[in-house]
Amino acid sequence: MNGLVAAPMLVPLVTAAVCTLLRRMAVLQRGFSLVGSAVEIGVALLLLVEVNSSDYLVSNMGNWQAPFGITLVIDRLAAVMVLLTALTGAASAWYSWISLPKSALSPAFHPLLHFLLMGVSGAFITGDLFNLYVCFEIMLLSSFVMLVLEGKAEQTEGAVKYVVLNLMSSTIFLTALGLLYAKAGTLNMADISILAQEAVAEHRAGPLRLGGLLFMVAFAIKAGMFPFFFWLPASYHTPSVPVSALFAGLLTKVGVFALIRLHTLIMPNDVLGHEILLVLGVATMITGVLGAAGQMGIRRILSFHIISQVGYMVVGIAIGTPLALAACVFYLCHHIVVKSNLFLVGGIAADCAGSEDLRKTGGMWLAWPLLGLLYLVPALSLSGIPPFSGFFAKLGIVSAGVERELWWVVAAALATGAFTLYSMFKIWIEAFWKDHPSSGFRLAPEQRSFVRLWPMLALAAITIAIGLMSGPLFHFCEEAALQLLNPNGYIHAVLGGRL
Amino acid sequence: MKLPSIILRVMQHWLVPLLVVVSLFLLLRGHDEPGGGFAGGLMAAAAVILVALAETPTEARRLLRLHPTTLIALGLLVALVAGLIGPLTGKAFLTAVWLKADVGLFYFKAGTPLLFDIGVYLVVVGAVSTFALEIEEAAPLAPDRTGATPAKTDSVEGGAPSKS
Repeated sequence: MNGLVAAPMLVPLVTAAVCTLLRRMAVLQRGFSLVGSAVEIGVALLLLVEVNSSDYLVSNMGNWQAPFGITLVIDRLAAVMVLLTALTGAASAWYSWISLPKSALSPAFHPLLHFLLMGVSGAFITGDLFNLYVCFEIMLLSSFVMLVLEGKAEQTEGAVKYVVLNLMSSTIFLTALGLLYAKAGTLNMADISILAQEAVAEHRAGPLRLGGLLFMVAFAIKAGMFPFFFWLPASYHTPSVPVSALFAGLLTKVGVFALIRLHTLIMPNDVLGHEILLVLGVATMITGVLGAAGQMGIRRILSFHIISQVGYMVVGIAIGTPLALAACVFYLCHHIVVKSNLFLVGGIAADCAGSEDLRKTGGMWLAWPLLGLLYLVPALSLSGIPPFSGFFAKLGIVSAGVERELWWVVAAALATGAFTLYSMFKIWIEAFWKDHPSSGFRLAPEQRSFVRLWPMLALAAITIAIGLMSGPLFHFCEEAALQLLNPNGYIHAVLGGRL
Repeated sequence: MKLPSIILRVMQHWLVPLLVVVSLFLLLRGHDEPGGGFAGGLMAAAAVILVALAETPTEARRLLRLHPTTLIALGLLVALVAGLIGPLTGKAFLTAVWLKADVGLFYFKAGTPLLFDIGVYLVVVGAVSTFALEIEEAAPLAPDRTGATPAKTDSVEGGAPSKS
């Protein structure tokens, strides 16, 4: 079964290469892209089942043994993240097929989509910090091009901010890698973890801590945390809808994932301390949700909400108890699905109403009630209304805060939830409930064809399923959290006899 | 503005075959000695760029036969196949599999790392040619004497009236 460990990277690579060859044959390309996405989901499901029974799947590329070769490691968290990546990629590819006019899509979209998925999945399964960096770069390079695919002026403006801030983060990441390698002589995560534990035991963790803080800054920029989030709302509303849905679902979460690995595996046992992360997480929650309140564009509001939701996950990491980490993992599962779906629904609504600016929209509830319902499922879930998935995610974070008696964190989390509800209802009232500003507003039959809604229906079904089956799913997340909090299990799986 | 292109054009006929041969040499010796797919690919791409500068980008594209983007995709697939031969024999992805043969005076050795290098070679040739040709076609350095893109040549000369 360990032969499948590389598959989350290989399947997108094959799909991307073949889609590049098929760039002149639009129909074939779309078809192959969808088939590739489906295979990715299948592979991810297989891995998830397998990892649930055998805890860790490890494969050393080229048969070079860890810590010298490139190691791929899949634990429960990585497996579930790979599955979510595949789902988001499939939704985006599917949407681009049935919801956009043929001419609206560049032939480079599908190859870039799969290169991006390859980078994202690679970041989740790699067991080596340098390869994490490489996967970040694969992901970023694809995303740079995807941002400006249509070559509009506003896209270029957003892309400049996005590229500059992300390159800064890459530079910091690379500097930290250099420092760490000079100090530790290894970049294998399991190997570093051993060294970090020894260093803490002997009270000489200072240099490691410096490298760790640099990693934290680099990952915080990628995750869109306060005070580094400016690139996100500047760029996410400019590309075409499937691209921004993909970005919204996945990119910041790779940063969150890297922060989880940093705090549980690479620098375990509080080498870094959790206070900074806790304060930054709460600040991220609040600034994100307040930033959204001042916006009038659908995707702009949603972009600011990505930031505030990242705040919840970071708070989960910072509290660091088994319950908090389980809630953080649950939050990731819930958030990726919901956020991509909101961007897709928002894109359809903006397309039908003729504008993304909420002042120029309206009347969508009467024009297309089904779309309204499809908006409400992820929107209510995002705000944490039971019985949707977001309620259980927020409940987990809040109860973890209560458990540790961090009342100010609990208060901030609850207030952020209320403000999220406000923003979601702002979109609801402005785009769906009030009358459309132009009196003769009607949807053309091809605009409101049911076929366009399939990807959103699928994602909404997943959201409802996460809500209904939150018990077993939360149990899985608890197991994932326990696995994260036991770095020695990971070290043993990677380095085996060397311990 | 005009480049001394007569020298370049004459030399090009000698240099391009030489560059291609050396690039293949670098590709083949790369596993144990300096060289490899990346260095070889860069040198082959240099040959493509030389043709684009001395003649025209169109001529360079004709010489490549395949579209540079196709080369990238093919290279990726070749490298992937090289990686997948290992798993077919039950080992991890990218594990090297070697074929060795003593045939009289010759000792023959080839394996998946060479195939992987060929993939890298193709990707590098494709990628560098894409960048160079796109840039050259958008803003030609050398004035085009065959008249393939007269409008652009004019605008370049119009933009820089001082003859230097």
